Amino acid sequence: MIAIDTALALQAPQLMTTPPLLTMAGVSRRYGDVVALQDVSATVYPGEVLGIVGESGSGKSTLLRMMNLEDTPDAGDYRLALPDLSGNLFDLDRFARRMLCATRIGIVYQNPHLGLLMKHTSSGNVAERLLIAGERSFATLRGRAREALGASEFPLERMDARPIELSGGMQQRVQLAKAIALEPALLLLDEPTTGLDVSVQALVLDTLKRLQRDRAITMVIVSHDLGVIRTMADRVMVMRRGRVVEQGLADQIFQDPQHEYTQQLVHAKL
Amino acid sequence: MTIAALTKPWQALSYGFLDASAKRELRRKMLKAIAVPGCQMPYASREVPMARGWGTGGLQVTLTLLRPSSVVKVIDQGADDSVNAASIRSFLSKVSGATETWDTTAATILQSRHRIPEERLRADQVLVLQVPNPEPLRPVEPNMSIARQMHADADYGRLWLILYEQIVRSGRVMQGAAYPSLVNGRHVMTPSPIPRWDVPKLHMAQHLTFLSAGREKRLYAVPPFTRVEPLVFSDIPYQVEDHAALTCHRSGLRGYFMNEIPQDDGSAQFELSDSHLGIKAIRQAEGSAVEIGPTWYENGKMPQ
Amino acid sequence: MTPVLEVQNLAKHFQMHHLGQRLHAFDGVTFTLHAGEFLLLRGPNGVGKSTLLRTLYRSYLPRAGHVWYHTTEGRIDLATAADVDIALLRRREIGFVTQFLIARPRVAAEDIVAEPLRRTGIVAGDALDEARRWLAEFGVKRDLWRAYPTTFSGGEQQKVNLARALILPQRLMLLDEPTASLDAGARAALIRRLADLKAAGVAMIGVFHHPGDVADLIDREIELTLQEVPEDVAV
Repeated sequence: MIAIDTALALQAPQLMTTPPLLTMAGVSRRYGDVVALQDVSATVYPGEVLGIVGESGSGKSTLLRMMNLEDTPDAGDYRLALPDLSGNLFDLDRFARRMLCATRIGIVYQNPHLGLLMKHTSSGNVAERLLIAGERSFATLRGRAREALGASEFPLERMDARPIELSGGMQQRVQLAKAIALEPALLLLDEPTTGLDVSVQALVLDTLKRLQRDRAITMVIVSHDLGVIRTMADRVMVMRRGRVVEQGLADQIFQDPQHEYTQQLVHAKL
Repeated sequence: MTIAALTKPWQALSYGFLDASAKRELRRKMLKAIAVPGCQMPYASREVPMARGWGTGGLQVTLTLLRPSSVVKVIDQGADDSVNAASIRSFLSKVSGATETWDTTAATILQSRHRIPEERLRADQVLVLQVPNPEPLRPVEPNMSIARQMHADADYGRLWLILYEQIVRSGRVMQGAAYPSLVNGRHVMTPSPIPRWDVPKLHMAQHLTFLSAGREKRLYAVPPFTRVEPLVFSDIPYQVEDHAALTCHRSGLRGYFMNEIPQDDGSAQFELSDSHLGIKAIRQAEGSAVEIGPTWYENGKMPQ
Repeated sequence: MTPVLEVQNLAKHFQMHHLGQRLHAFDGVTFTLHAGEFLLLRGPNGVGKSTLLRTLYRSYLPRAGHVWYHTTEGRIDLATAADVDIALLRRREIGFVTQFLIARPRVAAEDIVAEPLRRTGIVAGDALDEARRWLAEFGVKRDLWRAYPTTFSGGEQQKVNLARALILPQRLMLLDEPTASLDAGARAALIRRLADLKAAGVAMIGVFHHPGDVADLIDREIELTLQEVPEDVAV
């Protein structure tokens, strides 16, 4: 039995003094006449899970892709508080973006074809991340691929199967392993469980939760599924037609939504 | 003065078969290729009297380099006397007046498919390798535009991915020929379908090597004294074919790359892949005054 | 003595956009809470007692007023504090105890209970020992400790939830009918724990269906009264 130090627990609070890991400000993007993002700002603090909800076309996935530097907005500023990194990340050249995304940002797409080399082995998909970062020892690659797949609760006896031979839930685990292999500062999840069976969906979410708890990974999760966001997120941003209409603590957004659109969303949930 | 006095006499063919503009195109791209070792240069590949895929890329480079004083050797799988090698060689001498030879040490230009001769090439020699597929990234990136971006970014991780999966599946690197190699620390090239045995010969070599693919319209070069490093894992060393202990049953030479000749009883005999080296060794044994040049491999080992 | 919590003119209503209505909850709530104090919230059903607790916890956004939370470093208004600060305070300082468990699939009861300790950096083994002690204290059968509470009966879920909510003393605890429908043994354990926490200086404010259960702990009471429902307001 341990004595929980009551005095310690009753010390003065430590309010958030660390700066946000991710800061996005005034991001706008048009595709022709379509406004995908309009003056979107977001902050994510280290260890936090930010959920982004909204219906199809609300701009939530576009925003996530901006965070993964896959696109450049017409205007806006994006910073990550990481060592050796300063200035607006949208100003980085293609090469610097690629290195940053490969080494510091992990992403899991709804469609595994976007995130995986379907005809290579699952462990090879994970190893590729490490290879981009310059790892050249076979034993290390193998070991770290195994470790990342294990952490994603992927059955290791299948680690050399090709993703194309795997079920949707397993493919998402390979994506996840690939995303966390380099212990990224930021993990982006784009509808990670959409299209999976409900039971598989619960298992994948549980894995994500577990990872979040064990490693305190900072996550941004995009979903149109409020249940997923409710399970995962600490804070929630509600998007509609390229704008942020409301943000707040997850329980506040779900229990006391302020904006008309958020109320509609919450009430429409089964 | 007449116009005829200012012009050259009519000829049925340009010297060296290719017309002046074709050669200029080749020369420009060959110079570029030397300037950026290992980087594939696109070029306007011309028609030559040979089907694409039979060495038209190498042929165009050789035709551009030839002059009457050249001595030309052509090998196919190490042999000078195969139909393909013999036809190309006689074509080259016919259109340029160059001398034909089988002897590696005597040649000034060597056009080759699948092999680099065992005798060490000198600074005054040029090696031209025929390349069927110049893009090392093709197995991992079918889109050639993206592959070119990957070259620009030196994004070669997926090539190790191939090696990784070969080791995972088979326990060792299975890449037998066209082993991807990093040139001058920057560009990864396919060294044409030469065996692993031959790749170290390109590293810091004295001679200039051109690699040219006629169908794919790409050429690249390894200038003299340029690093050529096969892609390997830091904990799994590069290995050449296990031929060091094999003996050629015809010439008695040991420690070179061999062809395996299956026998009726199921066993195998071996003979030198570099056939003219074997011929020279046999003649020497018979008492002829034949000079065998220094070889890259010594006692089956490549000196470091 | 500086209070822990100083609530001034707190007001809450809900804007129901689809009804074009404003739903009144309460306004003008003012009270002060000190360390080691136990405050009982009273009032008829529907008066907004639970709503007040949730507003203090910021599950509901206050409409007006201040919720000053005092610390040695100064004070912070929970009504307007940044979401991240609220999240941080909830993690270490402000607890909310309800009868409802937010069960998570595939997490064992003892892990759920140990989690608040794990978050403070206590090593897994020690945290689990402590979690098991509290599960036993609340009368959760030993063979359920490794099981997933999603499949438990309501009563067992509630015990797991209480063990989790009370395992780590927090500076301010909001109690939303924690004793409701508890069996006698668990209720006694809960009241013992609350008494210990109070003695340790935890400030508590609670709603109880049967205030008699905690009569010995109550220092003060505040009464919420039904107010005139204001006229509908067009949105």
